[in-house]
Amino acid sequence: MNEKEIEILEILEDNARIPLDVLADMVDLSEEEVEKTITSLEEQNIILNYSSVINWDKAAGKDGVVAMIDVKVTPKREVGFDDVAERIYRFPEVKTVYLMSGAYDLSVQIEGKTMKEVAFFVSNKLSTLDSVLSTTTHFLLKKYKHDGVIFEPEQKDKRIVVSP
Amino acid sequence: MSQVQSDYVSKNASKLKPSGIRKFFDLASQMENVISLGVGEPDFVTPWNVCEAGYASLENGYTAYTPNAGLLELREGISSYLNEQFSLSYDAKSEIICTVGASQAIDLAFRSILDTGDEVIIVEPGFVAYSPAVTLAGGTPVPLETVEEDEFKLTSEKLKSAITDKTKAVLICFPSNPTGATMTEEELEDVAQVIKDHDLLVLSDEIYAELTYDQTHYSIARIPGMRERTILISGFSKAFAMTGWRLGYVTGPEEILSVMLTIHQYTMMCAPTIAQHGALEALRNGREDLERMKRSYRQRRNFIVKSFNRMGLSCRMPGGAFYAFPSIQSTGMSSDEFAEKLLHEERVAVVPGHVFGEGGEGYVRCSYATSLESLQEAVKRIERFVNKNTE
Repeated sequence: MNEKEIEILEILEDNARIPLDVLADMVDLSEEEVEKTITSLEEQNIILNYSSVINWDKAAGKDGVVAMIDVKVTPKREVGFDDVAERIYRFPEVKTVYLMSGAYDLSVQIEGKTMKEVAFFVSNKLSTLDSVLSTTTHFLLKKYKHDGVIFEPEQKDKRIVVSP
Repeated sequence: MSQVQSDYVSKNASKLKPSGIRKFFDLASQMENVISLGVGEPDFVTPWNVCEAGYASLENGYTAYTPNAGLLELREGISSYLNEQFSLSYDAKSEIICTVGASQAIDLAFRSILDTGDEVIIVEPGFVAYSPAVTLAGGTPVPLETVEEDEFKLTSEKLKSAITDKTKAVLICFPSNPTGATMTEEELEDVAQVIKDHDLLVLSDEIYAELTYDQTHYSIARIPGMRERTILISGFSKAFAMTGWRLGYVTGPEEILSVMLTIHQYTMMCAPTIAQHGALEALRNGREDLERMKRSYRQRRNFIVKSFNRMGLSCRMPGGAFYAFPSIQSTGMSSDEFAEKLLHEERVAVVPGHVFGEGGEGYVRCSYATSLESLQEAVKRIERFVNKNTE
């Protein structure tokens, strides 16, 4: 990874919709060079996806609940946690799966339309997996900050308009 | 002003002209939807850990005066910071004073070294407060214009031409506000030789030292024989995004610093205590934030300078600070006309170059310490304006 590639990744992580010509100026490369770099980063699966951070609380007409579930599992010989993790992340309602240090093993985030739907997933799909020993479900009440983005940002520039 | 009233005012003080920036501030602050490239301070809010340290100092009851020169711990911090970053060595106990912004340090320095009639060469285009500070201290400011052909650097020939029997000191500021110019070690050595030959002092305002993008900052105080004749001024405002905290510092030889400290003791007591605690945290744990902000300035610099050149406003790539200084001569307008018209027609505020000295005429200062989104919009508006106003 060279310095320019890291710089491009950092800029894109912050704003994936930045126009190519602006990005090229910022990192002092030509548009073609930047395009080539991005394509190569995509091919290497370093850039996986370009998604938006959305405050769904403000978007009327789409309700849902999010739950974080602490899952304790028994790792399997040879494959360790990867096998059970895969069995969990293949469910489309599962949005994230992390292997954690500490009191539990996998941190699973799921999204459902209602609490009932989430409860059903936990009791019927997750808990019934062979390797799963126990689950603790936490419902998310409010998002303040997600992936470095503050949900109710203060927009106002507090500086005076012209200063020496 | 009536005759009677003006008699009350000191003749020396009434020599000062109000800053040309004021006019633009008054105009721009009455308008809506203005994108301001006129702001001479970071657009970042002070990093949270520094704010936290400020709160904590209040919670812990640090609400009293500190020693006149500032908390010893902070001066020790500044001493090792200057050593690590810029290879400078100053004694925390006798060669560093914490001031209320670099501005106070400038005022203190001139008051400590000038007698009536002493001349100070001020390298321009430059920050608006230098000449008034010289005048208030009873000295005579002698502006020395740098030019674009020299990349707005000070050259030894230029400097020689401005020196008279009365010259006491030279004020330099690199990276420069408003031109963004920087000077290399070799270039500074040339200038330093002239300064030593004529036995002058240097006030080196290095407030933008950390915001040097393409090389590492080199202080004139590092040159052999210069440390004893250099007063170095800096502060936390620009590098750590702490303008409103008002915390600067000055370092230099003990003989001069002790005089400065006496004036400081009678006129200021000490720099604000909360700010000193914040600054200490900035020195201890602020490097990562500083680098992050610097990266962002550099990216925005590249964008805006390339954009200016594409739209036909010739603009050098500035090596430091957060200002682009494009020439607007291709439009045939004066910098005042350009700035005023641009504000009225496109609602973009820039500062006309002549405000920073006569040599700034024909240029405007555009601060890129503004979000990339605002810069993109500003570039669109300026481009439209330039197209409309160049036949």
